[in-house]
Amino acid sequence: MSDHVAKHGDGPEVYFQYEDIDQQQESYVVGMWSFLVTEVMFFGALFLIYTLYRWKFHGTFFGAHEQLNWKMGGLNTMVLLFSSVMVAFAVHFAQKGKTNKQLVCLGVTLLCAFGFLVIKTFEYGAKFDHHLFPNHSFSYADPEHHESKSWWDEALPAALKIEKHEQEGNPKNARLFYSIYFTMTGLHGLHVIIGIIAITALMVLIKIRSPLITDYIPTELVGLYWHFVDLVWIFLYPLFYLIPR
Amino acid sequence: MSSTVIEQGTVEKPHSEKNYLNADHTLKSWLLTVDHKRIGILYLISVTFFFFIGAIAAAMIRYELTSPKGILLSSEVYNKTFSAHGIYMVFQFLVVAIPAVLGNFLIPIMIGARDMAFPRLNLLSWYMFITGGALITLSFILGGVDAGWTFYVPLSTISENQISLCLVGIFITGFSSIFTGVNFIATIHKMRAPGMTWYRLPLFIWAHYATAVVVILGTPVVAITLFLVVVERGFGFGIFSPELGGDPVLFQHLFWFYSHPAVYIMILPAFGVVSEIITCFSRRPIFGYRFIAYSSLAIAFLGFAVWGHHMFISSQSAFQGIVFSIITWVLAIPSAIKMFNWATTMYKGSVHFSTPMLYALGFMGLFLIGGLTGLHLASLDTDIHVTGTYFIVAHFHYVMVGGTILGYLGGIHFWFPKMFGRTYSEVWGRMSAMIVFVGFNLTFFPQFMVGYLGMPRRYHYYYFAPEWQIYHVLSTAGSSILGLGFLMPGIYLTYAIFKGKKAGANPWGAKGLEWENCDSPPITENFEKPIIVTGSVYDYNPEEDSKLYEDEDTGMLGGKY
Repeated sequence: MSDHVAKHGDGPEVYFQYEDIDQQQESYVVGMWSFLVTEVMFFGALFLIYTLYRWKFHGTFFGAHEQLNWKMGGLNTMVLLFSSVMVAFAVHFAQKGKTNKQLVCLGVTLLCAFGFLVIKTFEYGAKFDHHLFPNHSFSYADPEHHESKSWWDEALPAALKIEKHEQEGNPKNARLFYSIYFTMTGLHGLHVIIGIIAITALMVLIKIRSPLITDYIPTELVGLYWHFVDLVWIFLYPLFYLIPR
Repeated sequence: MSSTVIEQGTVEKPHSEKNYLNADHTLKSWLLTVDHKRIGILYLISVTFFFFIGAIAAAMIRYELTSPKGILLSSEVYNKTFSAHGIYMVFQFLVVAIPAVLGNFLIPIMIGARDMAFPRLNLLSWYMFITGGALITLSFILGGVDAGWTFYVPLSTISENQISLCLVGIFITGFSSIFTGVNFIATIHKMRAPGMTWYRLPLFIWAHYATAVVVILGTPVVAITLFLVVVERGFGFGIFSPELGGDPVLFQHLFWFYSHPAVYIMILPAFGVVSEIITCFSRRPIFGYRFIAYSSLAIAFLGFAVWGHHMFISSQSAFQGIVFSIITWVLAIPSAIKMFNWATTMYKGSVHFSTPMLYALGFMGLFLIGGLTGLHLASLDTDIHVTGTYFIVAHFHYVMVGGTILGYLGGIHFWFPKMFGRTYSEVWGRMSAMIVFVGFNLTFFPQFMVGYLGMPRRYHYYYFAPEWQIYHVLSTAGSSILGLGFLMPGIYLTYAIFKGKKAGANPWGAKGLEWENCDSPPITENFEKPIIVTGSVYDYNPEEDSKLYEDEDTGMLGGKY
């Protein structure tokens, strides 16, 4: 029963299970919001873990967070915020039926998403150079890994602190911080990649005038998803990069 | 339910013999179907298969325990066997059985829709379920999993078995549940026929709505928790690892935050099924419709606030223990509301003991025992005595097996004529219902006793207390009877699919859109014409309906008994 019945001539197509276009569009939006609830719970468990451990090891978390590069994180935040604006415009143009403008906005979003990943790759690379990836080669208190190895990177500031305040730099708890950091930002990065796939697929389908896309709803759903991805980062950035004393 | 079909003023098409089963016979038409009814049948076949694997593991466990020193399995293999039993039964059978088979089949029909809101997502969720099941099976073929279905860290992070693969399988199955849950929510919110208000919904729908809420709130949490175990095993991260300052008990908190509500994912749909069966075979409108509907939602939400009662002895503070204990006691209220309402529905009804009704009554009996022993476990002091013993095992089998499987079998028997358009042998049906009931009690009641005496769960041997053997032998004998009781429906229902007598559209004289406005088996579009609902659900009349039993021509299955 994959064939569907067009009831409104050239207008949006109504799939066979729906009575009219309103019901169809509302169902898709309700479905997407329900899915976003599951995503909130998905990240929610991680935020809970973060909260608990930060409360337990506040000093260590503060010490460890100073090694994160807040400038790159800040740049990424701006990139993502700009991409969210672009998605909002894309949805707006989709509702107005201005396909070309919509495609331009989606294209800019796509560029931003790639830009985010590129910046993130540089950041991750620096963390690997400093032996801060929390596997067995993790080495936190060792100053020999702390100087900058690349032009975009900075020397780690925490090296001195560890010597001064041992209670703030317990390496095993710092590894916990980096475990959470890499898990959460990694999962967020995975969501960005899924977003890239979704946006690319949407653009291709719009470009080839696929019968799957007959109204603005697919753009709206991808937009909702992208706003969610953005929102997760809005929480991740201050929680990891901007921990107050 | 009174309802009318909208006359469209067009020439009436001749009534066709096509239905969803014979619309197309190719394998491709089944594997690429987006028809919710066919997807329900695909689920029916696949959950039966996974149940069979889980049952074989159960049989091995029971056989092993007939001797205090073990017979067949080494300790390692025994650990893998009970893990397999738990993993298959929980993730591949109990959580999916009723929602995915009966829910998929019935929800759109009951609310007067042509299909689910997202038919392709529905098919995708079946494929994810199968992929998850295949990966779990692969993990057992490649060496097995010995951490139990609960995967407590640190055992699950240091064990040398195929745990990562199995967890990935469970993760994928979890996403299949999430997609089903999203589909249910969008369908129930947006696809109801005109006139189908919330309070005209059958209670089956309310129960599935509550289930879907639990699924979308709980499943992602367990998914991420199990994912973290995979990450810990794969990359050496240490979020739960005590050497790094992590907290293994946090895993238990997160795990039970899902896995306690998961119990309600299993039991709530069974409540829905039983509500339908009880009211149909008592020929009375359900007593306290809104109480039953809202108690489902109350169970769904309260279910998220009781997970700590699994952890009374894992480093919880006494205050936490008291709070979780109180909330768990409170949770008994909505469950009891349902039991009382079903009992009151039967009071002065024209009760008819057909096969589905026997299963529903069996459900009530077993759920009562399971629920009351749950209160022993909700109290801190008794729980500390019986934690980790067969008392727990018996309790959750009474609730999960006695509840969910009896509800599932009752539902399958109730809607079998609708699903396949045929009737099964009522004699065999009643016999199997009683065999299941007797076998079940014989299997699990002795486990309460031996658990109270101190037999620990998951133990391979009990040579230190050979006097427990009698309980284990009784339990194993019961499980053989239970196995027979499960095998019989498998045989006579399969026979009935092909050779059974043709059933009419409404063989039970039941109310509801699926019975009154829809053929057996339904056509692919479910209804010939768009329908509009005009009256309340469950408008049974005991005086009038009891006359139906006396009339042989109504075609009611076994009406003369």
